[in-house]
Amino acid sequence: MSEMTYRDALNLAMKEEMRRDPSVVVWGEDVALYEGSFKVTRGLLAEFGEQRVLDTPISENTIVGVAVGAAMGGLRPVAELMTVNFALLAMDQIINHMAKIRFMFGGQTFLPMVVRMPGGGGSQLGAQHSQSLESYFMHCPGLRIAYPTTPADAKGLLKSAIRDNNPVIFLEHELLYNSKGEVPEDPEYLVPFGKASVMREGTDVTIVAYARMSLLALQAADVLEKEGVSCEVIDLRTLNPLDTETFLASARRTGRAVVVEECWRTAGLGGDIAHRIHEACFDTLLAPVGRVAGLDVPMPYSREIEKLCIPRVETITQAVKGVMQWQPT
Amino acid sequence: METKLRAVLPDNELLRLHEQMLLSREFEESCAEQYTKGHITGFLHLYSGQEAVAVGATAGLHLDDYILSAYREHAQAIVRGAEPRRVMAELFGKATGVCKGKGGSMHLFDPSLNFMGGYAIVGGQFPVAVGLAFSAKYRGEDRIAACFFGDGAVNQGTFHESLNWARLWELPVLFICENNFYGIGTEVHRSSALSSIHRRTCGYDIPSEKVDGMDVIAVYKAVKYAAEKVRETGRPHFIEAVTYRFRGHSMADPAKYRSAAEHEMWKARDPIPAFAKRLLEEGIATQAQLDAILAKAQATVADAVRFAEESPWPDASAVWEDIYV
Ligand SMILES: Cc1ncc(C[n+]2csc(CCOP(=O)(O)OP(=O)(O)O)c2C)c(N)n1
Repeated sequence: MSEMTYRDALNLAMKEEMRRDPSVVVWGEDVALYEGSFKVTRGLLAEFGEQRVLDTPISENTIVGVAVGAAMGGLRPVAELMTVNFALLAMDQIINHMAKIRFMFGGQTFLPMVVRMPGGGGSQLGAQHSQSLESYFMHCPGLRIAYPTTPADAKGLLKSAIRDNNPVIFLEHELLYNSKGEVPEDPEYLVPFGKASVMREGTDVTIVAYARMSLLALQAADVLEKEGVSCEVIDLRTLNPLDTETFLASARRTGRAVVVEECWRTAGLGGDIAHRIHEACFDTLLAPVGRVAGLDVPMPYSREIEKLCIPRVETITQAVKGVMQWQPT
Repeated sequence: METKLRAVLPDNELLRLHEQMLLSREFEESCAEQYTKGHITGFLHLYSGQEAVAVGATAGLHLDDYILSAYREHAQAIVRGAEPRRVMAELFGKATGVCKGKGGSMHLFDPSLNFMGGYAIVGGQFPVAVGLAFSAKYRGEDRIAACFFGDGAVNQGTFHESLNWARLWELPVLFICENNFYGIGTEVHRSSALSSIHRRTCGYDIPSEKVDGMDVIAVYKAVKYAAEKVRETGRPHFIEAVTYRFRGHSMADPAKYRSAAEHEMWKARDPIPAFAKRLLEEGIATQAQLDAILAKAQATVADAVRFAEESPWPDASAVWEDIYV
C-alpha cells in the first residue's frame, strides 16, 4: 500500500496495464505531449512512445469511433474525452456504435475499449462544463459504466475496465483528482465490476451513492451519528452492472433508504434505484425512499448559487432526517 | 479507345465479375419482391444500378482488407463472399441470418470475410474504418480498410474528422464514395457546396480520383491502383465512383423527385448489359454462357429465399444474448 491521489492511481492503472499488454493504446486530445488536461496521462508518452500514446484532433465523435474500430481490430484502446461535457459530441459513436455493435452484429465481435472522461460540477465552470451525465449512459444498454470514489477503487476499476471485453464508460470526478488514499501496489489488484462497496455499516438507514456523492454521504453519516442515527453508506462503484443485491439487502435490513445522485433529479438514476428498492423491499420499508439530486437547472457560474445546485452534506442529512420521521405503525 | 478486357484480367475472372453483378441484381430484385410480400420488413435500401462499384471495387482489394459500408450494403457483403442464403435469412429476421436476425438489412456483418459491417447512421462508419486501419498499422498487418459511403455522407462531421485523422496519422484507408447523386430525395448540388466530391479531399491532402461507376473495369482498375498506393504509402486515398440507383432511396420511396428522362438516360448505361456486350464482342463469352450465368444466379437467389422462408425465428431468449461479453 502507498498513499496516492486519485489522479495518480488512475495513471498507475494505465501504466501497469500498458506494461502488461502491448495491445493497450491511449489517445485523446492533449493526452500525449501535454500529458492530459487533468494530467492523468502524465509520463505515458515518455514511457510508451508515440506509437501507443497519441494526441488526436479535436474530434470527439471520431475519438470514440476510431476506438470502436481499433477495438474491433483487436486492440484495447483507452480513449480520453477531455470532459464528459464533450461526450455529447460523441454520443452517436457511444450510443449508436459502441453500445450496439456487439448486439446488432449477432455477437460476432466485441469491443474491449474504455472511454475515460472527467465529470461532475463544483468548480465554477458554468453550465457547459459542469455536467453530470451518468444517467444518460446508464439509460443505454450495452455499456459498462464505472465511477470510482476512492483512489484504490480508481486504480482497481480502471484496470478491470481495461481488461474487460465490454465497452466501458469510465467516469472520473474532477473534484476527486487530488483526493488521497491508500492504494495497493500489487499490479494484479483489480476491483471487479458490479460489486458495490459498503463504506460504512449502519442500522437505521441505507444511503446509496457513487463517486463524490459517497464522500458527502460519509460526512453526513458522521453528522447524523452524533444525532443518534446510524447510516449505512453504499458506494455503487459501477453503475452498470449495478449491484442491486447489496443495496436491496441493506435497505431490507434498515427499512429506510436515501439515494444520492449528482445528476439532475428529473429522470435521473436515483429514480430508478429508488423504484427498485420500493419494488423489492415494499413489505419491509418503513418510509418511502428519499432522493437527493442535483437541481433541475443548468449549472450557474457564481459560487454562492452553484453550490445550491449540487447535493451537499446538509441536503443529505435533511433527506435522511426526512425518512427517519416516518414511524412504524 | 477502350482497353481490351483481356488486357486487364483473365477470362475466368472477367466472367466472375459478370456473375457477381448479376447475382447482386437478382438478389436485390428478389428482395423487392419479398418486401412487397411482407417477408422483408423495415427499411430496405436496394443497390440495383450500382453493381459495378461493389463488384469492381471488391475485386481490386485483398481478402485480408477490411470492408465497411452503410445501409445499402447487401451487394458489398455478397460480393465479398457472404452466403446469399444467410444474407436473405438476415433480411427476413431469421435465426440463421448472418447476424442471427439481430442486424437486418442495414447491419450485415461477417468478420470471417473481414466484412466489418453495414451501418445505418449516415457517416457513422468513417471513424470505425479509421480505427480498423489503425489496428492494422499498429500490428504491422498488410491490410487496408476500404470504406464505402454515399454522396450524402460527405457532409457529416465524421467525414471531415476522419479524412483529417487518416491523413494526419497516415493510416491505410481507402475511401470509396458512391456518388449516385441523391441523398434520399436531395440532389447532390442541393446538399454539397462543392458537388464534385473527389475535389473535397484536397483540404486534407489526400489524393483522389473520379471514376465511371457504371463501368466495372474502370472501378476495378481505379480501386486496385488506389489500394496498392495505400499499401505502399500507408496513406489514405479517395475514389469517387459516379453511379446511379435505379430504384428509390428505399422501398418506401417512389422517387418522384427525378425525371423519367434522367432515369432513362442512366438505365441506358446499366452496367450489366454494358459489360455483357463487351464480353460478347471481345469473344470472352458466348450468349449461351451468359444465359447459364443468369440461370445460376436466379437459382442461387431462389434457394436463398427458400432457405430464409424455412428458417426458424430467433428464440425469445436471444434478446438477452450478445449484449455483454
Ligand atoms: C445521421 C443520420 N442522419 C440522417 C439519416 C437518414 N438517412 C438515411 S439515408 C440518408 C441519405 C444518405 O444518402 P447517401 O449518403 O448519398 O447514400 P445513398 O442512400 O445515396 O446510398 C439519410 C438522410 C441517417 N440514417 N443518419
